[in-house]
Amino acid sequence: MTAEVESSETKTDYKQIMKDGLWDNNSVFCMILGMCPTMAMTTSATNGLGMGLATAVVMAASSLLVATFRNLITQEVRIPVYILIVAAMVTLVDLMMNAWMHELYKVLGLFIPLIVSNCLPLARLEAFAAKEPVLPSLVDGLFMGIGFTLALTLIGAVREIIGSGTLFADASLLLGPAFKVMELRIMPADTGILMAVLPPGGFLATGLLLAGKRILDLRAGKAISMGGAHSV
Amino acid sequence: MSGPAIFADGPLKHAAILGSFCMGFGVVLAVTYIVTADAIRQRSDDDKRASLDQVIPAGLHDNNPLTDTLTLPGHEGKPVTVFRATRDHKVTALAYEIIGSGYAGEVRLMLGVDAEGTVLGVRPLAHKETPGLGDKIEPAKTDWISRFTGLSLGNPPVGKWKVKKDGGQFDQFSGATITPRGVVGAIRGGLEFFAANKARLVETR
Repeated sequence: MTAEVESSETKTDYKQIMKDGLWDNNSVFCMILGMCPTMAMTTSATNGLGMGLATAVVMAASSLLVATFRNLITQEVRIPVYILIVAAMVTLVDLMMNAWMHELYKVLGLFIPLIVSNCLPLARLEAFAAKEPVLPSLVDGLFMGIGFTLALTLIGAVREIIGSGTLFADASLLLGPAFKVMELRIMPADTGILMAVLPPGGFLATGLLLAGKRILDLRAGKAISMGGAHSV
Repeated sequence: MSGPAIFADGPLKHAAILGSFCMGFGVVLAVTYIVTADAIRQRSDDDKRASLDQVIPAGLHDNNPLTDTLTLPGHEGKPVTVFRATRDHKVTALAYEIIGSGYAGEVRLMLGVDAEGTVLGVRPLAHKETPGLGDKIEPAKTDWISRFTGLSLGNPPVGKWKVKKDGGQFDQFSGATITPRGVVGAIRGGLEFFAANKARLVETR
């Protein structure tokens, strides 16, 4: 097992795995996966950040487990086993945060059970962790999660600035009192365009940002990959 | 796929694999649940105490209202758990949860009243109202919710316990009438609950 991991490590391009997760194959802006939490939870940058971080933790843990057991899991039962692993990780995170990180749980607690309904962790388990060694899978899960976090925070920031006139409101509840400086008021209260924080604003902001990323990629001369879950 | 398929690569093997994973993670979850159960109960009590402290002033009681509870049938027979604050064994204040119907589902609030049925305070516990409109019931957003403190069923008269749009005396928000209507209705219902059960609520035990 160890020998196998070491030999493939020399071949694995970690830089590309990270870059895929953050930009080239970003979960939201390329694979268009995990749209339910993306639309529902991005009414503020802080909410997007919280949802993203919780998802990243679950993705890293479940990728690690699936890669570890990948030779044991047969093709026929792999999907139920993946669902089981994701659901178990979500429940573990939920229980442990509730008990030992209660202040954070009060802010994030709402988001954690929603991770089970996100198809993104499942897609990465199937497309990556099921075939690759432990360490690359962990890196993939983690960086796909971080890419998801960045996308959600960005969408949340756009919607929050336009809709509420603030940026990172209540971030100190999520990250601790030291982050109070992050909480900005960009426009006076009650001047925001409410639609931005309502569901239509989620579609508009996500669509415009997605188009923006395509334009940047085109400018950079890259071929646009309509990457599905299976193009790794 | 060679040989007697049922054991080598057949359904039993897959069932055994899936079953082992279920068993393994079941055990992990059970252990985590046992380890965290006490801490979670403790945190949940702390949260409840914090919400009680907001509607019952600390100087009013020398007991722990969280453990001095009474369950009575409320609106439509639903049980209501009443937290009783006592000083020198006399009931000084009561707190219980009230539920209004908002724009997006239930608005749950904690209502605190004194032994005469005067509102000591109201705080929203959970709601899904529209951000920027209905969420003005939160004390962090506006002070709207504090206007109920000191009022009772006779002050204003029962007929005036409505939002202005319905002929009552309470302001709605611009752009949101349904949320304040639900909240005002819930508070009125909570005070009627007190009036109907006053004898049992304030009796000395």
